[in-house]
Formats: sequence, C-alpha cells, structure tokens
Amino acid sequence: MEILISLIKILVVMLVLLTCVAYLVLVERRVSAFIQNRIGPNRVGYKGLLQPVADVLKLFIKEDIVPKLANKPLHRLAPIIAIVVSLSTIAVVPFGDKINLFGYEIKLQIASVNIGILYVLALTGLGVYGIAIAGWASNNKYSLLGGLRSCAQIISYELSMGISIIGVILVTSTLQLDKIVEFQHGWRWLILLQPIGFITFFVAIFAETNRLPFDLPEAEPELVGGYHTEYTGLKFGLFFLAEYANMITGSAIVVTLYLGGWQFPYLQSSGLPEFWTSIIQVGTFAAKVGAVLLFMVIIRWTVPRFRYDQLMDLGWKFMLPLSIANVIVTAFIIYLFE
Amino acid sequence: MSLIDILFYFFATIAVVSASIVVFSRNIIYSAFSLLFTFFAVAGLYVLLNADFLAITQLLIYVGGILVLMLFGVMLTHKVVSVDMKTGTLKILPAALITSMIAGTLIGIFTVTDWRVAPLQTGDPIPTAKGIGEMFMTTWLLPFEVASVILLIALIGAAIIARREKEAK
Amino acid sequence: MIPLNYYLALSAILFSIGVVGVLARRNAIIVFMSIELMLNSVNLTLVAFSAYLGNATGQMFVFFVLTVAAAEAAVGLAIIIALFRNKMTVNIDEINIMKW
Repeated sequence: MEILISLIKILVVMLVLLTCVAYLVLVERRVSAFIQNRIGPNRVGYKGLLQPVADVLKLFIKEDIVPKLANKPLHRLAPIIAIVVSLSTIAVVPFGDKINLFGYEIKLQIASVNIGILYVLALTGLGVYGIAIAGWASNNKYSLLGGLRSCAQIISYELSMGISIIGVILVTSTLQLDKIVEFQHGWRWLILLQPIGFITFFVAIFAETNRLPFDLPEAEPELVGGYHTEYTGLKFGLFFLAEYANMITGSAIVVTLYLGGWQFPYLQSSGLPEFWTSIIQVGTFAAKVGAVLLFMVIIRWTVPRFRYDQLMDLGWKFMLPLSIANVIVTAFIIYLFE
Repeated sequence: MSLIDILFYFFATIAVVSASIVVFSRNIIYSAFSLLFTFFAVAGLYVLLNADFLAITQLLIYVGGILVLMLFGVMLTHKVVSVDMKTGTLKILPAALITSMIAGTLIGIFTVTDWRVAPLQTGDPIPTAKGIGEMFMTTWLLPFEVASVILLIALIGAAIIARREKEAK
Repeated sequence: MIPLNYYLALSAILFSIGVVGVLARRNAIIVFMSIELMLNSVNLTLVAFSAYLGNATGQMFVFFVLTVAAAEAAVGLAIIIALFRNKMTVNIDEINIMKW
C-alpha cells in the first residue's frame, strides 16, 4: 500500500508539473506580449488556452536532425540528462502538510529525505551535465561556447546559493525541507529572518535556471541558440521542458525555504475542518509558487542581459561576499541569543 | 538474498564496469562519462553503509565539482573529431603485471587479516549529519581548519596557473 | 548481510583498475581520472570500516580526502590547461623537456 501511495503521488506530481510547464510557456508568451504592447497567441482555443497542445504537437511531428559530425550517442543522451535532473528535484519539495483521503493519512511530499536540502544542491550541480554535453556533442562552436558559459555560470552561482542555504540551516537547525517549512509557522517566514540570504538565493536561482538577465548560455544575438542550436523537434522540446521545469522547481524551492512553503498564517487556529485546512495549504503553496513564477517572467521581459564579465563579477565579487557576510552575521546573532 | 545484497551487487557491478571503461576506453569523453557512473555507484554503496550525508557530499563534490572540472578540461583540449581524441595505451603488459600483483596483495591481506567488527546496529539507520558536524567542531577542529586553508591555497594557485599571462605591450 | 570483506575486495579491485590507468594511459586527463578512482576506492574502504566498527571516525577521514581531491582537481586541471596552451598536447610522453 505504501508503495502504491508513493507511485500515485509521483504520478500526480509529474502530471501537475508537466501541465504547469505547458501553461507557464503560454503565460510567459502572453505576459511578454502584454509588456511589449502586443496581443500574443490567442487563436488556438478560447483565448489561446490550447496553444501549449498545439506547440507540443508541432514539436512531435518536426524532423529530428542530428548534425553529421556530432557525437551521436552523447547528442542523444544530453536532453535526457537535462530532463531527468530537472524533474527529479521536485521529489523532496513538500507541497502540503498531511491529508486524510479514504482513511489513509498521506504526507504531501514524495520523499522526506533527512538531507533534502543537500539533495537539491547536488541536483542543481548535475544540471550542468545536460547543457555541457549538449554543447560539446553538437560539434558547433556556438553550442560549445553556450555549454561552457553555462558550466561556468552554474558553478559560480552554486557557491552563493549553497552559502545562502547555510544561513537557512543555521536558523532552522535542520536539513530536512518539511521541517524547514514547519519552522516557518505563523509569520516566522525566513524571508523576514534572512532577507539578505533570500536576495542572494533568489539571484542564484535566476542564474541556475538560465533566465534573463542571466541567460548567457543561449544569448540569441551572440550565440544563435546557444547549447541547443543543433537540436530540433522532440529533443529541443525536452530542453525547453527542462528549462521551464527548472523554473518551477526553482521557485518551489524559494517558496519552501524563504516564503513559508505551504504555511498559511493563523490557519491552524481557525478551527476549519482538517480536510479543508490541507486543501488551503496546498492552494497557498501553489499561489506562492505562481507569484514567484510571475515575478520571474516579468523580470525576464523588463531587464536587459548582463555582459559575461559583468555576470562573473556580480557572482564572485558581490553575491559571494554578501552571502558569506550573511552567514557570519547570522551565526553571530544566533550565538548572542543562545 | 535480501534487497541490500542485491543492491550491493548492482552497485559493485556498475562501479567495476564503469571504472574499467574509464581506464580502457579509447575515447576520452566516454571515460569522463563512465567516471560519472562510478561516482554514482560509490555514492550508492555509501548509502548501503548508512553514510547518507557522505553519499550526498560525494555527489556534491565529485559529481557536481571535480567531474565538471574534468569535463571542462576534456572539452577545452579535445574536439569531437580530432585525432588525439583516441589516446592509445602503452606498455600494457608490465602495467597488468604490477596491477595484478597489487590487487593480489591487497585482497590477500584483506582476507587473511581478522578485522575487528562491532555488532551491527539494527533498525532504521540514524542520520549521520549531526554526529559528523559535532566531530568536526570538537575532535577534528584543527584538521578541519587546515583543510579550509588547503582549499584556499588551491583556489589561488589554480587561478594563477590557469590565467593567461599578460602580453608585453 | 554483506560481509566486510566484500566491500574491501571491491575497493581493492577499483584501486587496481586505477593503478592500471595511471601506469598504462598516456593522456594526462585520464591519468587524473584514474587517481580520482583510486581515491574513491580508498574512501570506500574507510567508510566500510567505519560502518562495520560503528565508529564515525572513518567518515571524517573521507571528508579530508574529499578536500584534498577537490584541491587536487582544481590545481591539476589548471596545470593541464596551462600545458595545453603552451604545448598543444596533453600527452604526458610528449611533455619531456625536463627529462635529462
């Protein structure tokens, strides 16, 4: 029975995640159109709601081209690595407390790992592989440049990301994501306790997901399409999917670590039936993630791209010292209070 | 055969096979790739040995750090279609001889020695992160500090060595 | 339950494979990978001993080995890149001007 429940949870989470990815693309296109004073896709279905279906269908029936001089096995493997890594991060994110369904108490989290936060860090590190391998195996200089840039970018920003996480661990004294959410009950959201850590972490998430203003791996004016220049059809679709799935998991982790996760202030003491409490908690989580995603989309269409040296300077000379200072100050304050 | 036994043989097979590919493959990018699988298999073995924190550290440092650096090295020094991509093996016979001697000696010593083994704990494995953190801050404080100094020196040294020298104007 | 000797034998095999790599391969990066392989096998021994002795000290050693391995990777890769820039090769047989 345990295994069955886990399987159902995985299935539901994956379905929800993939649907969200499809509609995130639509939201992104509509918002960008709104910002640029255009209309955006509105022809397929009511107000364009079936546009994602049409996009996926188009990607499916496109011809799959592999460059003649590419390294074929790796060219095939790269999108698979990218998608597997980006989909497996969601496994440790708690999206609700517990729910009672048909007499079973179900924990709303696929896997409660006691070192969940490190699992997240390790998987973001793995995200480099898909992109780097894609860039190298395509045997195209634009792809290679995109891949190498992405490697350097992700490694640099992973440092400030990891160090901002140390601040969270110091405050909550646990490595388990559901315990971190439990810590943030009421208004004890970590964004209030760790404002600087939140800023460095959020900027690092932008860099890890290759979003503007940090989308140098695929900067169109310089690198054509970056690491996926040589990808068409379904393989390109997988990269696209991985990128947007990364966005969703990234903002889910921001919400879990800093914005209180599924916590809705004063809900536990309101006396609502338990079932409805759980539903509202899941809804709160979804709303928070949606807000963060919308913020990311708006940033993309309002802020110009960094130059490469500016990106590295920001990472190493500003974000890293800032996050280290945050850890030192946090440790000092905790020492004084105990 | 319990689940742990099956997992042990599974990870052990992956480790040995991928390690052999690392060493014997003629294509350097495949070597780098199978090293990835070796690291994963070793991390899996750590989990079987109840060292969960260490397993994730292995992934973070080896897979997320060291191997990425190596991939950088491979990508910067080799193209997909280039001759030196295929690096030959030399002197295979003496190497095999020395290696089999080393392997024989090691396995011999391992089997002959009567290792002192404590009774294994039963039940759910306890998380190791807390204990490790406490040991770092008490018994092993000096080595811990020295290790951070080593890392700082390596960081500076690597930056200086890899930097292109400024051309004379 | 897997006996301790199985883990030790596995790490001995991995170590020997690493030794072959260092002795027989001529590409600096592969030699480097083989060294990492050997370090990994030693780590495996330490963790196995630590688990079977019920003492976490073995795991502490692994952390220090990891530190050294990371430092070694950074400096080693920097040396390889510098070598490639000057000699256009990473074959350690061709890098021989220090040989007498």
